Amino acid sequence: MKIHEYQGKEILRQFEVPTPRGMACFTVNEAVAAAQQLGGAVWVVKAQIHAGGRGKGGGVKVARSIEEVRGAAQQILGMHLVTHQTGQDGQVVRRLLIEEGAQIVSEYYLGMVIDRSKQRVALLASSEGGMEVEEVASRTPEKIHKVWIDPVAGLTDAAADDVSRKIGIPTAALANARTVLHGLYRAFVEKDAMLAEINPLVLTADGRVLALDAKFNFDSNALYRHPEIVAYRDLDEEDPAEIEASKFDLSYISLDGDIGCLVNGAGLAMATMDIIKLYGGSPANFLDVGGGASKEKVTEAFKLMLKNPKLKAILVNIFGGIMKCDVIAEGVVAAAREVHLSVPLVVRLEGTNVELGKKILAESGLPIISGNDMADAAQKVVAAAKGSQ
Amino acid sequence: MSILIGKNTRVMTQGMTGKVGQFHTVNCKAYANGMNCFVAGVNPKKAGEQFEGIPVYASVLDAKAATGATVSVIYVPPSGAAAAIDEAVDAELDLVICITEGIPVHDMLHTRYRMQGKKTLLIGPNCPGLITPEEIKIGIMPGHIHKKGRIGVVSRSGTLTYEAVGQLTALGLGQSSCVGIGGDPINGLKHQDVMKLFNDDPDTDAVIMVGEIGGSDEEECARWIKGNMRKPVVGFIAGVTAPPGKRMGHAGAIISGGQGGANEKLAVMEECGIHITRNPAEMGRLMQKVLKG
Repeated sequence: MKIHEYQGKEILRQFEVPTPRGMACFTVNEAVAAAQQLGGAVWVVKAQIHAGGRGKGGGVKVARSIEEVRGAAQQILGMHLVTHQTGQDGQVVRRLLIEEGAQIVSEYYLGMVIDRSKQRVALLASSEGGMEVEEVASRTPEKIHKVWIDPVAGLTDAAADDVSRKIGIPTAALANARTVLHGLYRAFVEKDAMLAEINPLVLTADGRVLALDAKFNFDSNALYRHPEIVAYRDLDEEDPAEIEASKFDLSYISLDGDIGCLVNGAGLAMATMDIIKLYGGSPANFLDVGGGASKEKVTEAFKLMLKNPKLKAILVNIFGGIMKCDVIAEGVVAAAREVHLSVPLVVRLEGTNVELGKKILAESGLPIISGNDMADAAQKVVAAAKGSQ
Repeated sequence: MSILIGKNTRVMTQGMTGKVGQFHTVNCKAYANGMNCFVAGVNPKKAGEQFEGIPVYASVLDAKAATGATVSVIYVPPSGAAAAIDEAVDAELDLVICITEGIPVHDMLHTRYRMQGKKTLLIGPNCPGLITPEEIKIGIMPGHIHKKGRIGVVSRSGTLTYEAVGQLTALGLGQSSCVGIGGDPINGLKHQDVMKLFNDDPDTDAVIMVGEIGGSDEEECARWIKGNMRKPVVGFIAGVTAPPGKRMGHAGAIISGGQGGANEKLAVMEECGIHITRNPAEMGRLMQKVLKG
């Protein structure tokens, strides 16, 4: 689960990581009032959306007067901010962060991830702050320093100071950097984060080490023990179809194509998308109904897919293990009747009670196209989608 | 022979008395030699009771002492599943298979850390389990699609594993053992660990490895295969069409930081001598072709 920058900074401050003073705002007037309250002579007006690359897209402006704050807020609030992570339609900006300006001497990168191979939390640090870390990693991998953290010992002072020196933090600021590193690690562990980034971390003219940005991604499997993180959820930043799907415990992701897929199991669902592509079609979604899908769940899955105006055909691909094919077949028939299916439907069933399942489909009187195996079903649905164009 | 488990394996079930545990225990017990294999359940609140004639013990240690079980399968809900693994590791079982889906990653980091230097092997979490066809099934896979034979199967996925097995069985190619290593980012045995076991198993002639996007497990396995594997390997990776940054159902299935893409994995696998297919419907037929030479 992702959160906004200003929320990430709230978390960092709880763990003693210094950030510039700032306030979240929803309107231009609030932005102006925030700047007045913060005082000073320079402010930064920052669009709050979940995607990265906001600066390049015009979502971050420096203001040197209250009038400039007003102008920047007017410009940014409501804009469709397009970045490399938003897709071409961009994301509407509904929230701003107004912050005091900082006198920056140097910029650094700090990141924390779960390293799957080493099975440790890895701290990544670089002298190349403000840049896309992937770019730095591919162009100058020697500029990225990694520390794998022992989960029992935690991040030691020696390891923290060592990595700080390597990225060029001056000796006088080492103690401040140590506070930041320890705080970031504690926040990462205690809040069950999967990813955390401070990019840039900055050294100011007065020797402070500040988090100028904050990005977090939390483990959705651990949200049950973090109601405070769940409270940060911003539904405006999520795909409405994916929100709807999560209500019914369906795993759904919207894609660009026109063939809807309903599959049991994540691996088979991906493989189904792949085989559609292989035969010249294009999947409209990833949809895993899970191991124990009921008739109701299958019906909801159909409704979701049919909300997509681009949809030209549907492929149901089920390998019944725990889930019996006759149960799925009944679900498909009931759903097709209830939603008045308007596009061709291809169904491939395999596994437990497959004959019974096929019989239910055949006797339903519905125009369901039966696929004998995965390849046959994929070819038929691609042909059906082209035919209904 | 086979890998990890056979008809003489004795298994305890942690979380046997819950709804999911009951359902799968009945099916596992009914499969092949299951009646003799599933000898104990563990639940501190129900010690002394029985389920389907299987006695329940208060702890893994008690169950081990009373029955001689050396393997555990776990259906405990996510919030307690990592602790259940810890208990089995502390009791020095040989093998733990954790079926549970949805364990927090940080819990698994601690559990894996505690497992360092211990003898216990872990399969999963978030996996279908493993099966040695016509001998023993430990997990949630449908037993009837399997057939005894000489092909090993290792996979990160559940139903996609069944797809591979179903294709093999339809072509008359039986399986020595089929192992689902699970779809989580922090797990126990990796593709490479299972591949080594198949390489050393005299009853396995060839292996199908089924991977998916995310991490670098398949690449590491492929590089090991290049220098060490004496048997042919057929490979498929799911997720060629998956967009970066989107988690595809499994907690581990995400292309992030430019890493873990299906095309990159397939390229490394091909370079290392694995017979790859980009068509998930062709895994069985490709294996048949490879075996015919």
